[in-house]
Amino acid sequence: MTEMQITAAPGVPQVLTSRTFDAPRELVYRAFTEPDLLAQWLGPRRYRMTIDRFDLRDGGTWRYVHSDDAGNAFGFHGVFHGEASPDGIVQTFEFEGAPGHVSMDTVTFEETDGRTTVRTNSLFQSVEARDAMVGSGMASGMSEGYERLEDLLAKLIANA
Amino acid sequence: MMVAEQLDAVFGALADPTRRAILARLRRGEATVGELAAPFEVSQPAISRHLKVLEQAGLISRTRRATARLSHLRAEPLREATVWLAGYREFWEESYERLDELLATLQEQDGKKETIRSRPRDRSRRKGRRTS
Repeated sequence: MTEMQITAAPGVPQVLTSRTFDAPRELVYRAFTEPDLLAQWLGPRRYRMTIDRFDLRDGGTWRYVHSDDAGNAFGFHGVFHGEASPDGIVQTFEFEGAPGHVSMDTVTFEETDGRTTVRTNSLFQSVEARDAMVGSGMASGMSEGYERLEDLLAKLIANA
Repeated sequence: MMVAEQLDAVFGALADPTRRAILARLRRGEATVGELAAPFEVSQPAISRHLKVLEQAGLISRTRRATARLSHLRAEPLREATVWLAGYREFWEESYERLDELLATLQEQDGKKETIRSRPRDRSRRKGRRTS
């Protein structure tokens, strides 16, 4: 398993991620497109995921809610564009806490030697919108980052 | 939370390998331009330009001692930049770890189904495998 790569380049309203899974592409694609499978992995463990709609057709809509034991609930929804396939799923993404701030997400699946690399490309309306969305931590806790400074520096040095 | 331009400056500054190496050197303590230039095949003016970028991003500060200009590492903006992405990274890393587990379970189930389905046809092959 390779470590996830995240790229948020300065001045570009985009976030790219890449991660390789030890499974064939058809199976990984199923995990992204079958609601009962998707609900089993998307989001931190402390959230329950409820999928309201998941209509994987051109123009079809999706909506899911992450909720925790403290009563917090975070809703997300969007629209699928074009015919989804392992070559690419294109959809819009909107956090219901920030209506009107929409990103366009493309997910691709590439298989090499039985392993599948999933790449995501999220295009936001502006750099500010991207920074707000990514900075919000996807409704996740932000406190653990400090101790990672040393890790980051170690990596930077290794790559220098 | 940092404003977008500051973050851009931090990430822009970190995008260059020479500047990352300079930061790595400064972790060990303050240094002059000459000391920072020594490991590289670039001129002191080129290093000075890198230091200016790092200073504008708030990643280093510079002071004068006699005739020497010393650079110091300032960790705070780097810390904030790490924190900025940490939440997003955490969300996806945890999700993808769960996906690893799910994929492993699904493959295990598929493997079992395959064995059951192929048992009548593949008895000879299974036997062969057992003896090998």
